Amino acid sequence: MERVLLIACGALAKEILELKRLNGWNHLDLTCLPAELHLYPEKIPERVELAVKEHRQSHSSIFVVYADCGTGGLLRRKCEELGVGMIDGPHCYSFFEGNQKFAEHAVEEMTTFYLTDFLVRQFDSFVWRPLGLGKHPELRDMYFGNYERLVYLAQTEDPQLDRLAEECAARLGLEYKRRYTGYGDLAVALGSVAEPQTGSGLSSGRGWA
Amino acid sequence: MSDEDEEELILSELSDEELVPQMHDDLYDGLKEEVEEGVYILLERGWEPYAVLTNALVEGMRIVGIDFRDGILFVPEVLLAANAMKTGMAILKPLLAETGAPRMGKMVIGTVKGDIHDIGKNLVSMMMEGAGFEVVDLGINNPVENYLEAIENEKPDILGMSALLTTTMPYMKVVIDRLVELGLRDDFVVLVGGAPLNEDFSKAIGADAYCRDAAVAVETAKEFMARKHNVLSAG
Repeated sequence: MERVLLIACGALAKEILELKRLNGWNHLDLTCLPAELHLYPEKIPERVELAVKEHRQSHSSIFVVYADCGTGGLLRRKCEELGVGMIDGPHCYSFFEGNQKFAEHAVEEMTTFYLTDFLVRQFDSFVWRPLGLGKHPELRDMYFGNYERLVYLAQTEDPQLDRLAEECAARLGLEYKRRYTGYGDLAVALGSVAEPQTGSGLSSGRGWA
Repeated sequence: MSDEDEEELILSELSDEELVPQMHDDLYDGLKEEVEEGVYILLERGWEPYAVLTNALVEGMRIVGIDFRDGILFVPEVLLAANAMKTGMAILKPLLAETGAPRMGKMVIGTVKGDIHDIGKNLVSMMMEGAGFEVVDLGINNPVENYLEAIENEKPDILGMSALLTTTMPYMKVVIDRLVELGLRDDFVVLVGGAPLNEDFSKAIGADAYCRDAAVAVETAKEFMARKHNVLSAG
């Protein structure tokens, strides 16, 4: 089978490796860009372009494992220019839950702040400290004053992460809710890349997570 | 140098020439109480409120804006500086109303429907006020009706719209299209801003300009007002 390179956000590495393992997608290679890029989304298209160009020699088939991720459509345009595919949807919260389902409750959850497994694990590095809340907790309400609840979109069943996520909600002064999503549209998108001959790949009857 | 060795700076002992740059530094460091003290000292020395606002606070925030743009400062530092400026402005605002200050124009601003993010919008509001604009802030999650009502009541020179989400930024086009339908679009300048936006998007939806940050918003607003005045003078 033709080798395919996945150029992914570092925040998705664990989930992608797990999907590879579960589905036996050994022909998918993975390289990641730093998850910190999410703090500077304007840099994502350029970094993706550099990565695609760097790996063009080794892989004729490349797939970008990012959604729009705050690039305002620029990443989509860049990927089209480069002739590579990417994930549909505005961000990982949406595709983990399933873009359609997420969009359906976007209005009623307007005041919801989301975390994924990755963000629960890395809450201090990717939320608390970059927002300066460690040194200046008084800024919390400037950032989160308009939010009402934190929803932990869980990719896995892990009571420890559940407990940590609840602590995160308390630190942000938000009501807590957990919703299990599994890997959602990430699994579907990677299935299409790994097994294009079976369409979405869902008909393969393998262990989709 | 240890803390004991550091000489405490007495703001009231500084000359005006020393105090103003010190206030810029204090603003830069987000030192609310020091900025507040500096404002009172300058006022006691007979400074006009407008001069305190422009020379000490707005100029200080301008430096903050430059360093934010250049990646030297980040959002938390800008927010701390903004809080310090807000404290200073709270002292000056009633005085400015009494003594009068040049009025640059009027802006209606709000975050669009479906979006609750207001940090950038609040910074723009504050900087625009500092630059002499009257600002009517509609807050967050504004449907098109809110903008239309404010436009009718306030007759602004500028309409500002903000969005942080890729999913909510298209709503700006809904507002602009409605303004076009009603024949109101050319009555004012439309400025848009927010993290996922860019120049191309701004052009595509029919806005007058995309403003990358609060400092750019102020400069852009001033340019449009100057052009308007030139056109009126020429006419």
